Amino acid sequence: MEKRLDCRGLACPQPVMETKKALVEADELIVLVDNPAAKENVKRFAESQGCKVEVKEENGQFTLKILKQKTAEKSIPKPEIIEGQKSIKDTELILFIDTDAMGKGPEELGKILMRSFLHTLEQSEVRPQKVILLNSGVKLACMGSEVLEDLQELAAKGVEVLACGTCLDFFGLKKDLRAGRVSNMYEIINSLAQAKKVIKI
Amino acid sequence: MCGLEFPTDENLIVGMERADDAGVYKVSEDLALVQTVDFFTPIVNDPYWFGQIAAANALSDIYAMGGVPKTAMNLVAFPAKEMDLAVLRLILQGGIEKIKEAGVVLVGGHSVEDKELKYGLAVTGFINPQRVLTKRDLRLGDQLILTKPLGTGIINTAIKGGLATGNIVDYVTQLMATLNRAAAEIMRSYPVHACTDITGFGLLGHMAEMIADLEMSIEIFAQSIPIIPEVLEFAAMGLVPGGAYKNREFREVMVDFAPSVDKIFQDILFDPQTSGGLLICVAKEAAQELLEQLQENLPHPVGLIGQVVAEPKGRITVH
Repeated sequence: MEKRLDCRGLACPQPVMETKKALVEADELIVLVDNPAAKENVKRFAESQGCKVEVKEENGQFTLKILKQKTAEKSIPKPEIIEGQKSIKDTELILFIDTDAMGKGPEELGKILMRSFLHTLEQSEVRPQKVILLNSGVKLACMGSEVLEDLQELAAKGVEVLACGTCLDFFGLKKDLRAGRVSNMYEIINSLAQAKKVIKI
Repeated sequence: MCGLEFPTDENLIVGMERADDAGVYKVSEDLALVQTVDFFTPIVNDPYWFGQIAAANALSDIYAMGGVPKTAMNLVAFPAKEMDLAVLRLILQGGIEKIKEAGVVLVGGHSVEDKELKYGLAVTGFINPQRVLTKRDLRLGDQLILTKPLGTGIINTAIKGGLATGNIVDYVTQLMATLNRAAAEIMRSYPVHACTDITGFGLLGHMAEMIADLEMSIEIFAQSIPIIPEVLEFAAMGLVPGGAYKNREFREVMVDFAPSVDKIFQDILFDPQTSGGLLICVAKEAAQELLEQLQENLPHPVGLIGQVVAEPKGRITVH
């Protein structure tokens, strides 16, 4: 069933919102817009919903033909795929690490586990949005840490590594931070509050 | 503005010819006046927060010049026949409380009846004429620090479209209402050569202003640029304001993007900001310390995003 939408003269973001509404029912949609910004936005929206888009321009007017693909997901923002990296960034996940030894038990085992955890994380395709380091967790990102390379690799792949400034000061490690950057409690609280998923190690 | 001859005199340090964040007029050897004005239509739905944001936005230009704001006057356009005066009261309350926070006094204002609601302020401050920070005195090797994350244009578009939830609305409201005062006070103790605030032209637009016609170049690193949570998702959904496209059209000829910087991220760099952070150009040797001070004392992510280099002249490279 094909539907026609005339979004000419509508202010941003109305064209996208109208398209979004229409795509709930229609499998095929023709959208008319009268400026390049609206054309780009509607095209991008439709593609983000898994649709195929064809654009025709005539005299400054744009006609977008949008086709729902049978296998497309409906309206749920997909996890972000970073081009060229073949990994899936889970933009909803924050890892909260407040120790340098994982789990309750002998410290030596805890450190082995932490190494294993971060190394496996780096090797996997899971990319949390942020890794927050607190208390002795900040040591993991400093000179001499056995997981430094893993954290640096994660940072290079777009994971934000944040190390609490107060903690670095306490351990006298501020100048030794080698992965990620210094953060503060305000930023940490904001990050946790906005996260959809927080995993505390 | 072309063709108009602006009045001037020998005490005008920064005026229409050297268009900058604010005007600067010398009063004596160690005192100059800084003046700016800003007003706009509602950014958020809540009138009190609209007032707060408008005030923070107006004060920002004084901070960006290295000045200290002292007096302000309200500018109001209000549809008195359609809207309850209680709304105006809340807007003004928001504005007044923000300027109080900045140590600024209200000395007057003016209002007109208008179909479309607008609010803002004219602000006057003081500065030492020897310490005026224009947007053009960058030096080779200077490091660039951005004091607020990018993305308010895109997020505000998502809010308009009803797609942004409570958490992100609150975050962005707070972000826009945050004064650049703390950043300005901290940078005073450091060898800062140039400064501007990031507003309607987007990060790349304001950077382009800094180096246009100069024999210098700027390189920035996408990974180091602080951005608001969720802005990438909204940009990917096509919630990019028209202003971002205009900014791109105007300045993309000056910008070289590395292949790894995708179109969506590029939009964030052209995204028009409301009440954005300061872009500080500081001498290389002091950059790390200034960055740490700012990170420790400011409530939002701060990034050392790039540096001033020699080549390619008059262009911006985004790695």
